[in-house]
Amino acid sequence: MALLEVEDLNVRFYTEDGAVKATNDLSYQIEAGERFGVVGESGAGKSVTSLALMRLIEDPGAIESGEIRFKGQNLLELSAEEMRQLRGNEIAMIFQDAETALNPAYTVGEQVAEGIRLHLDLDEAAAKEQAIETLESVGIPDAAQRYSDYPHQFSGGMQQRVVIAMALSCDPDLIVADEPTTALDVTIEAQILNLLEDVEAEYDTAVQLITHDLGVVAEFCDRVMVMYAGHPVEIATVDDLYYNPQHPYTAGLMSSIPRIGDDRERLQTIAGRMPDLIEMPPGCNFHPRCPYAEEACTQVEPPLVDTETGDPADVSEHDRQAAACLAHTGQLSGDLEYAVEVAETDGGSTDE
Amino acid sequence: MSLQRFVLKRGLLTVPLLFGVSVLTFAMIQFIPGDPVDFITQFADIDQEVKNDIRDQYGLNDPVYVQYINWVSDVLVFDFGDSITNNRTVAAEITDRLPYTLLMGAMAFVVSIVTAIPLGIYAAYYRNTAIDQTSRVGALLGISIPNFFLGLLLILLFASNLQWFSIIPPTENGALSVGMIKFMILPAIAIGTGSTALLMRLMRSSMVEELDKDYVRTARAKGLSERTVVVKHVVRNSLISVVTVAAIQVAFIISGSVVIETVFSVPGIGRLLVNSVQVRDFPVIQALVLIIGVFVIVANLFADILYAYLDPRIRY
Repeated sequence: MALLEVEDLNVRFYTEDGAVKATNDLSYQIEAGERFGVVGESGAGKSVTSLALMRLIEDPGAIESGEIRFKGQNLLELSAEEMRQLRGNEIAMIFQDAETALNPAYTVGEQVAEGIRLHLDLDEAAAKEQAIETLESVGIPDAAQRYSDYPHQFSGGMQQRVVIAMALSCDPDLIVADEPTTALDVTIEAQILNLLEDVEAEYDTAVQLITHDLGVVAEFCDRVMVMYAGHPVEIATVDDLYYNPQHPYTAGLMSSIPRIGDDRERLQTIAGRMPDLIEMPPGCNFHPRCPYAEEACTQVEPPLVDTETGDPADVSEHDRQAAACLAHTGQLSGDLEYAVEVAETDGGSTDE
Repeated sequence: MSLQRFVLKRGLLTVPLLFGVSVLTFAMIQFIPGDPVDFITQFADIDQEVKNDIRDQYGLNDPVYVQYINWVSDVLVFDFGDSITNNRTVAAEITDRLPYTLLMGAMAFVVSIVTAIPLGIYAAYYRNTAIDQTSRVGALLGISIPNFFLGLLLILLFASNLQWFSIIPPTENGALSVGMIKFMILPAIAIGTGSTALLMRLMRSSMVEELDKDYVRTARAKGLSERTVVVKHVVRNSLISVVTVAAIQVAFIISGSVVIETVFSVPGIGRLLVNSVQVRDFPVIQALVLIIGVFVIVANLFADILYAYLDPRIRY
């Protein structure tokens, strides 16, 4: 049993134009202590997925069907009160924009300590002590003094550290980090990722890292799920994904990363836009943008299959690579004609 | 900067404000057409010499700045001179009447706040439900209805027909008696309804805005109960924009008292002001304008301090 097992998760947002299908039959698993990346363009359903784990999807959205099992227990069956006990305690969340994620009216110390008081049942003084310790562990200098400072007295990077401290404060088993470094500049991003690595190692916490930045994933994650229009299109270990992407969308994403020493005139992009989530294109959702699309792609919705065997993917087998493309079920006449070049610098580098 | 230093700094700022109000109040009398002596003598036909004596007696022949300094130094010890129309001192006249207005105003203010804030919270939290729509219509009515008309309706329904309240205030026991507090309920409602409606809508829109902010989601993600999320995190931030407007309501309540005291026959300073204007009792008018100005300044001082207390970003 994995720590987190998401099975056939469907989240819908009911708008006047119709139901927006934010996630579609989403299944994945995260092991205890694992670092799991979720990648995709804006609107691919990454953030919705993470909010669904916390059961924090707000009106007009709702989890329509599926199961989210955490330590074997289906979170969707818990009462509101039981779910509240879990939030911030066993599953914690790190938000994207630390400046707005913090309440401007309370000291950072209070904002860290209130979760501790709630979940760990500590009194005021003990909670304060623990909050200061947590603030120290995320690298805030003079934590005891800065405890009484307000968020606006912190820099962006320090604010993000506070948000991370809030997530860590009750020693959760799973941290859902929703683009934790997107709002930061690259030096601070590197510091924050290092910090996440350190605390992840120290607390042995599983991390679900949501990002659109494949560089961050390569640096941080063990396994990756690529999402497109609410569907998982590829799930693989980081090495497999980077050296051997099995879905044209994944390959497209990677070729759109700029690289030093690249002599291309223009950055390669994936033509077109993500489809309307209310009325998805028939067949494979990606076919209107896919350079390898054939007749079959417009008719048959590709299942997520094991790329070696072509059998339906088993998300509990964590070393296998799975992708949702008809190329792997033998329904395409052509091949996915891209090759991966590995550049000489360390780390993977891919190109079509 | 700590809150204490902010309070000190903001408190010192009221000094020039008070000076400005005193200058304006003083100048007001100077600018009013007509010779004050004529009003003092009730336009009796008298000699220039007698007039000049009267001028000397009231210091009207001194240079303006001397008159101002004399006036201010008297005012500082609460000496506003004598009323022209009766033989009492202005200070005595005002101290007799001020408690009634203070009681009515305070009740109006408290009633406004304690109904507007919770209603605004409910309307925002349950936005676009029946609660919200009802309160929206109620607020529209409350803002639209003139306070004197509401006062008359209240008298008609609750005092005249139902006879729950008396139509005129009790005369014995003064301002701070149970009978007077009970009597003041209707006038307080009549004055406070407009403010209630305004503050309630303001609280609602402020809450709606705050409820959408990211820190609310953070608070929920911590596992806090919905009650803690709303009361501790959202309401505090929502109040920030409401506090300033609430302070301005003090001025509205004072101006409302002018009419409402007449409607309810309350012997307060509002009615005194109207009567004094009618008989051109300048010392009384001057004193009342000054006192009302000081009230508004003090109310704003409190609002700013509360503002800084609620929002730490203001203090820096």
